[in-house]
Amino acid sequence: MSEKSSIQGDLRLTNVTKSYGDFTAVNDLSLTIPEGSFFALLGPSGCGKTTTLRMVAGLEEPTQGTISLGSTDITYTKPYQRPINTVFQNYALFPHLTIFENIAFGLRRRGIKDVKEQVEKALELVELSHLSARKPTQLSGGQQQRIALARAIVNRPALLLLDEPLGALDLKLRRQMQIELKWIQKEVGLTFVHVTHDQEEAMTMADTIAVMNEGEIEQLGSPADLYDNPKTAFVANFLGQSNLIKGTITGNDGDNHIVDLFGQKISLAKNRSHAVDNSIFAGIRPEKFRISRLATPFSGNVLSGGKIEDVSYIGVSTQYQVLMPWGQELMVFEQNDDAVAPFSVGEDVNISWEAGFTFALRGDEDAEAGTEVNPEEIIEDDE
Amino acid sequence: MSKSGISRPGTPYLLLLPGVAFLFTFFLWPIANLAQTSTQTPVAGGDTGEYEQSLRWQNYIDAFLENKEQFGRSFLYAAIATVAALAIAYPLAYAIAFKAGKYKNVLLVLVVAPFFTSFLLRTIAWKQILGEQGFVVPLLRDLHIIAPSTTLTSSAFAVVSGMTYNFLPFMTLPIYASIDRIDPRTLEASGDLYANGLTTFRKVTLPLSMPGVVAGTLLTFIPAAGDYVNAAILGSPQTKMIGNVIESRFFKIVDYPTAAALSFTLMAAILILVTVYIRKAGTDELV
Amino acid sequence: MRTVSRWFQRNLIRIYAVIAFTYLLIPVAYTVAFSFNDGGKSNLIWKGFTFDNWMNPCGAPEVCTALGNSIKIGFLATLFSTILGTMIAFAIGRHKFRGRSTTNLMIFLPMATPEIVLGASMLSLFLTLKVNPGFWPTVLAHVVFCMSFVVVTVKARIASLDPRLEQAAMDLYANEFETFRRVTLPLVAPGIAAAALLAFSLSFDDFIITNFNSGTMTTFPKFVYVSAARGIPPQANVIGSAMFIIALTVVILGQIVGRKRAVK
Repeated sequence: MSEKSSIQGDLRLTNVTKSYGDFTAVNDLSLTIPEGSFFALLGPSGCGKTTTLRMVAGLEEPTQGTISLGSTDITYTKPYQRPINTVFQNYALFPHLTIFENIAFGLRRRGIKDVKEQVEKALELVELSHLSARKPTQLSGGQQQRIALARAIVNRPALLLLDEPLGALDLKLRRQMQIELKWIQKEVGLTFVHVTHDQEEAMTMADTIAVMNEGEIEQLGSPADLYDNPKTAFVANFLGQSNLIKGTITGNDGDNHIVDLFGQKISLAKNRSHAVDNSIFAGIRPEKFRISRLATPFSGNVLSGGKIEDVSYIGVSTQYQVLMPWGQELMVFEQNDDAVAPFSVGEDVNISWEAGFTFALRGDEDAEAGTEVNPEEIIEDDE
Repeated sequence: MSKSGISRPGTPYLLLLPGVAFLFTFFLWPIANLAQTSTQTPVAGGDTGEYEQSLRWQNYIDAFLENKEQFGRSFLYAAIATVAALAIAYPLAYAIAFKAGKYKNVLLVLVVAPFFTSFLLRTIAWKQILGEQGFVVPLLRDLHIIAPSTTLTSSAFAVVSGMTYNFLPFMTLPIYASIDRIDPRTLEASGDLYANGLTTFRKVTLPLSMPGVVAGTLLTFIPAAGDYVNAAILGSPQTKMIGNVIESRFFKIVDYPTAAALSFTLMAAILILVTVYIRKAGTDELV
Repeated sequence: MRTVSRWFQRNLIRIYAVIAFTYLLIPVAYTVAFSFNDGGKSNLIWKGFTFDNWMNPCGAPEVCTALGNSIKIGFLATLFSTILGTMIAFAIGRHKFRGRSTTNLMIFLPMATPEIVLGASMLSLFLTLKVNPGFWPTVLAHVVFCMSFVVVTVKARIASLDPRLEQAAMDLYANEFETFRRVTLPLVAPGIAAAALLAFSLSFDDFIITNFNSGTMTTFPKFVYVSAARGIPPQANVIGSAMFIIALTVVILGQIVGRKRAVK
């Protein structure tokens, strides 16, 4: 493949803001993407992730702030002057050119000599060498997506941007592409920045994820960090699912807080609390919960007085909704192994979990943030 | 939101300049000039064709009163031709959009094909076909559908028929475009919700095809109102339209101010009718 | 009996379409038929079948002069109106600028103006400027009304263009000029071609505006009109039929090529 570009390094966004009139799509965003990593920008529709991506590509100009690649400021350079390539959401393959010419496009504009060889290598990478003479309209969605990728990668950019590239594919194909993309990134060694609203996709593929909401980054970290220790309700609810229970810190016990949840006491590690005062939301992931009948002994934290309201058999697991004495329904995912006999609606149960799995959010958080997208609030953010 | 992403600010004006300058010079200026002519009067004691500027607005009133019969007739014929064209074109457009399958493009070409022969030739062909030597009139006479003394040419019937025929593609294509855009699944949904064929047509197809109908009727009526060729070839002195009057005032009786005044009155009348029509029909973007 | 009526119901609209198409093509058939008439100068009654007219299409006086003028005017009018109109279409279709809606209106006006007013006003202007009506005034007049149709046609094509294709081009190192040349233009080209074809047919077939601005110069439609009284020579029919066949062939070929290109 062609030579890697001379401008390279970490991508740095500093205090980047993008406003359209009164509407602020991206609000004072600062971010560093390390060279060679697979980075994901994750968030719901309208959160500003695509706008951020387009500013990095040069297709939009920031209202404020700077963008730099390594030591070069690229805030106002034109898209065709940046060593950055994009895989567009709808692929944007040139309908009037063959597959070969599509992939060769960037190479030709840059005056590269051995076009044929480079294009063939790129086609081999995505395993579509036999399609070289066809036109884009003759290809399936999955094939078009791979060609769009090849067209970008063949230029060996310092940064490869992917704007929800897998959105139009069906589930099995999407899963397969996720694995392939990850493999390609490692193989070729480029920095990938992947924009998506699918949190499973982000967690599968990325080394680092930035969760965005309403133009700002809510939290940045590895998938495990974000999942195990979310800082805000939005992250807790958007990545996977969480049970958030309102409570108060009433005391200390060495490295742990003692927390009162509607009259019941649990233990919370101090370093897993993001609260600023004594009012908190205690958070536990549904798969960490264990349900037990009254007579069974328990360990760790315990909440008693639950009643099974709903049972859903999913195959791998069974999902329970458990109504607690204070009126809240908690979600529990139990693996369907033989260790636990299935519960039925109406049973009285206790819920217990390893104390170390508990995390705590600020008490003034909106517990519903990130759970559902309000259809009326969806704003197209790729205008 | 920028449409193509990045563009230089001066570009649109540069692109527009030649074309707009051209239109200014050869469209707007002539119209203004015509307006000026419409208020002129003949130079007293001068040659025919010599006029002086006198801002005689009375020209308009004179011209209108003198020719109000032709004005009325023009709009009447145009209206009838438009309605007739609509009646013929709508089912045709419908048939092409829904029943043509893979022959759609071929049929569309066939709709426009008559255009490829000269408009004059087509109109004159009708004159021959409907004339004494054609096959239509003798046949109708033999079948006792018309009286032996009736002729079809040199009549209002022939003029309106000619207009209907000549403007048919203008009516058919916009309607077709509108109908073709209808998602067939909305029709299926209508059926799913208990509407029979006729009701589906009335409540779904027809309203959705309205933009095309409006465009088609405008594209037919406007040129039809000002037409004079059909009247000249297929009509008689009794079927003179305002277009004929304007033409004769320009070439036979040299009376430019009257001709100009008539032209503007025609334009104004059309504009008023069209505005009212569009307001009523409620579409905003035709172009 | 019921099956017959049901067949009728279902195919009613198809039957109607056949009738409608027949109606559309009657005058064309008549024109073609009478191009083979051995009718001499006046082609009013069928006298006999002959190929003579087709062998000698320029036999009648002035026919080929008129045809030649129509073609020349058509070519020039198409050239200018397509270039100017395409530029306008790009300006309006691609950019936001002050006066955009006014420009839009100004483009729409010639289409909404009756031909007689267009023709008369231009004649009036030429007279005022003491310019004699003739070849070039006619060309200029044709450009005026053709331009609007070109703008509308090209604008529609531009509107259907996905802006992301141009963004992709720039993302792949093409600057504004290269993007236009390699992506935008090829994709808009079919629209421009269609507009040019439309402009040519409008110009060739135009009578009213031409009549006002051509003076003593004949064009094909003018020739036909003037000879209508004494009988149109069969050679005119030959030319009309030939135009029909040529145009039909061009369009059908265009369809076939277009379809082949999509499939390959």
